[in-house]
Amino acid sequence: MLRIESKQIESKQTESGQKVTAGASGQTGYYGMPVLKRPQWTVEVPLYFFVGGLSGAASLIAAVGRMSSADAQLIRHARWMAAIGGIISPALLIADLGVPSRFLNMLHVFKIQSPMSVGSWTLVAFSNSAAATAVLGEFEKRRPNSAVSVLTDASQIVSALTGLVLSTYTGVLIGATAIPARNEHVSTLPIHFAAALETAMGASIELKSSPGTKALRSSVSGWAMRAAGLLSGPLPLALRLLSLRKSNTRERGLRRAAAISSVAGSLLTRWAWVHAGKVSADDNSVPLRLRSSIE
Amino acid sequence: MSVTAFLTDSTLCIGCKACEVACKEWNQLPSDGFDWKGFSYDNTGQLGHSTWRHVKFVEGGVIPGQGGNSPENFSWGFSSDVCKHCENAGCLEACPTGAIVRTEFGGVYIQPDVCNGCAYCVVTCPFGVVERNRADGRAFKCTFCYDRQKEGLQPACATACPTESIKFGEIGELRQSANQRLAKLQDDGFTDVHLYDPQESSVGGIHAFFIVRGDPKTYNLPPQPEVPTTYLRKGWISAGIAAGLMLAGTLFAFGKGSLR
Ligand code: SF4
Ligand code: SF4
Repeated sequence: MLRIESKQIESKQTESGQKVTAGASGQTGYYGMPVLKRPQWTVEVPLYFFVGGLSGAASLIAAVGRMSSADAQLIRHARWMAAIGGIISPALLIADLGVPSRFLNMLHVFKIQSPMSVGSWTLVAFSNSAAATAVLGEFEKRRPNSAVSVLTDASQIVSALTGLVLSTYTGVLIGATAIPARNEHVSTLPIHFAAALETAMGASIELKSSPGTKALRSSVSGWAMRAAGLLSGPLPLALRLLSLRKSNTRERGLRRAAAISSVAGSLLTRWAWVHAGKVSADDNSVPLRLRSSIE
Repeated sequence: MSVTAFLTDSTLCIGCKACEVACKEWNQLPSDGFDWKGFSYDNTGQLGHSTWRHVKFVEGGVIPGQGGNSPENFSWGFSSDVCKHCENAGCLEACPTGAIVRTEFGGVYIQPDVCNGCAYCVVTCPFGVVERNRADGRAFKCTFCYDRQKEGLQPACATACPTESIKFGEIGELRQSANQRLAKLQDDGFTDVHLYDPQESSVGGIHAFFIVRGDPKTYNLPPQPEVPTTYLRKGWISAGIAAGLMLAGTLFAFGKGSLR
């Protein structure tokens, strides 16, 4: 067949900033237009991943602390962190939805195959049990009484278990999507999220450390912390290692900087994954298998 | 009620956009604005919350006999895109509110009064079809004219199409006529025709298939679409490991602390 053709492949930007290629073919796809849609979540969502994850972890600390009869002040701090996080988290999600009452639509059904549904129910169970634990804990402190203790422990266990799900399901939530950058990493995303969290949760406790939290400081910020710090980035690790050699006052400053760095690292991890989804959705070459197969 | 489907035969499409207009009128969809995309005659670009039928314009080279009467004219390929109404629909599986349902006609329908705008369907559709309307907050896509089908009518786009490029009917019969049409075109010398109907993928077949000339990728039709539920197993295993690690780490930290 006679084919007089000079189709040049150039790139242009459309008004919405998407890159399009001049030309449609089996090699370029349809003018380089994306096959997938960009994630439409606003900044509240990665922030929720972070706050939710952190409060889940705090609840775990409180539960394990209680089991190993750690310092009462530490347990109290961790419980309140969990409870407050359990209030902020749904607020962030609701802010993303726009119309607050629409959040209730999540609670009409439970769908095991939808990580979003599993997460919503987990969050509801967590928020309620974490708040109950914090309030009951205050009662218990004022009027020690065995009935209250049993109730506190029961809600503590519920909030720690749901907290564990809350801290890890977000990796599944963003991993099990059509976005290649995410589904290719679905088997490491939850671990990545949890590892970043492990440093952050220790770090947040460290930030508000009172003399009473010494047990945790010497342990969480010990080798476990340093190992997790490696996962969250070399900076907190370097600062922590430095702090080992410094005088007491310098040590506190460096530890504090390291703590802030790990919290920031954990938040950034989540934000980065959400952002990576946008870039990946714009790229038509993976869904169309343009790199691997040239027909 | 029988399961229905669309067959979009792009070899008959003349790019008139009657389907786009009929869809917008029937469903009272808002305007997409008036932007020039800067390529081809396509000013819409892709399906979205306000575009449920979208005609793709593929500008080809100068192929004598294909661009009309004058040999200098470009050849054109047109194809009207639509929600695929997947057999295993990523959007339907992922929707946490149960807003997305399978209708008695086999279509995938978003109930607007149940949708809460979480936008999870947006990232779980392997074809990039659903979109959240930022002003309204909720997600929208082709309804397969559920309201019209209930009244025994054809979808608005199929009714308006002047060349019968968009065919509508019972899915089995339509698949059969798609194959007949394919054979006929091949007999007539159009050896580059393809039927796009990925039944082998995890999507397990679609209720809107397409006949196109050339590589279907030219029209952004993915060769191997995957429904994201296939990633769930790996994801939850990883979450289990992550939870175990967190628990172990915390126990270890306190264990060490209480030894001191
Ligand atoms: S094409 Fe996308 S929006 Fe349509 S049914 Fe399939 S997954 Fe849902
Ligand atoms: S945006 Fe609406 S339709 Fe889409 S997943 Fe969320 S609730 Fe379901």
